[in-house]
Amino acid sequence: MAEQTAQPATADADSAAQHEYAVKTMRVSKEYVMGKQTLMALKGVSIEIKTGEYISIMGPSGSGKSTLFNMIGGLDKPTGGKVYIDEVDISGLDAYELAWLRCRKIGYIFQTFNLIPVMTALENCTLPMIFAGMSTQDAMDKGAELLSLVGLGDRIRHKPLELSGGQQQRVACARALANDPAIILADEPTGNLDLKTGKEIIALLRKLNREKGVTIISATHDLKMLDVSDRIIWIRDGQVDKIESRAELDIAVGTLEGEEA
Amino acid sequence: MAVDGKARAGIERQISLPNREAVRIALRSLRIRIWRSLITVAGIVLAIAFLSSVITSGIVSEGIRQVTGAEVGTTAQERATQIWLISISLLVCVVGITNAMLMSVTERYREIGTMKCLGALDWFVVKLFLLEAGFLGLAGSLVGALVGFLAAVLAAMAQHDSVLTSVPWSKALGGLAGAIAVGGVVSVIGAVYPARRAGRMPPADAMRTEI
Repeated sequence: MAEQTAQPATADADSAAQHEYAVKTMRVSKEYVMGKQTLMALKGVSIEIKTGEYISIMGPSGSGKSTLFNMIGGLDKPTGGKVYIDEVDISGLDAYELAWLRCRKIGYIFQTFNLIPVMTALENCTLPMIFAGMSTQDAMDKGAELLSLVGLGDRIRHKPLELSGGQQQRVACARALANDPAIILADEPTGNLDLKTGKEIIALLRKLNREKGVTIISATHDLKMLDVSDRIIWIRDGQVDKIESRAELDIAVGTLEGEEA
Repeated sequence: MAVDGKARAGIERQISLPNREAVRIALRSLRIRIWRSLITVAGIVLAIAFLSSVITSGIVSEGIRQVTGAEVGTTAQERATQIWLISISLLVCVVGITNAMLMSVTERYREIGTMKCLGALDWFVVKLFLLEAGFLGLAGSLVGALVGFLAAVLAAMAQHDSVLTSVPWSKALGGLAGAIAVGGVVSVIGAVYPARRAGRMPPADAMRTEI
């Protein structure tokens, strides 16, 4: 089994004081059995993500990026190796504990927004808090507060279909923050958005990362994302190809777009 | 199961979905698909109306027989046929509900997966679907039982004069309640398989975009 260990970026001054890792994977592998063939989606990935970092996971489709992402999010279990979220080995958790972890520790943002269509923006935001046992009134108050934070204070009674894509993704960001998670996992958060709206969402994520200290892990194809990431993990062929910190990056993102910010 | 480490990081166990919220969510899901819900309800109405009319006409004929001594009602042979027909209609009703709920589960794949990503346990999802089926069942049974009851009483009144005075009304109302209960139970039974299927859905499916 191939193994590749990623070194945490020592150059990153922002998180130098932190010694806690939000996510750690150790030689994580994942096999999918398809008929007689076994597909190795991940071949021993070891990464360490510090609390408060903004990480982008880049890689072509079929690289194992999404599989790794699901492992980190506790959505799928690895065939081999270990995944630690806030220093807890998630393979040792039962269904109730995993649900608690998903509810309290992790906020998810999806490419397709995944808001519940029958609920208003506010109800979408309060759902994770209701699962967490918060009273309806407290959840409503906090939901309204979060929606104003993402700039939708005047749209809390709208249903997802009455909102634009960018606005829906903002609601999803507010929902991801509902239970003050340690980690926000964003799977191609700008994939279904136009350039300008995509930028707004990236700026919003960056703001949440800075102001709330939330660790953000984002799988993406979007080069705009590189600009705000502390580190970029490149996945290729089920392995970590390289890990770059922003300082090492030499990509002039602004010129790729030909558009005013 | 590793116990150490969990306590250190404060991992707890997920708690329940309050009933009031579950009821609200289930009702809203039904309202948003009101036409489909009504079609499902129509199936239940028909089956329960049939059940209720048979029960009521049995009670009515018995009342008339006792008061007037007239030879009314069904023979044992007819009774057996009725039971057979009722069983079949209830079975068709269960299959109809199962089908409708399965469609609903498939349609809401991503919604269910998203809920699970947000921390819903398997049985939260099961609960929501059973509640939905229960509400459909109760609504359909209520209407169906009343329709069947009125039909049976009116049919009896067309043939006999003293129906209103000779019918044991408390017993007839008991029959009505029984028919409604049967409708509710049958609906929930029909939803068990779809609800369990929804509950077992892996949350990672919500992340997939190609559904």
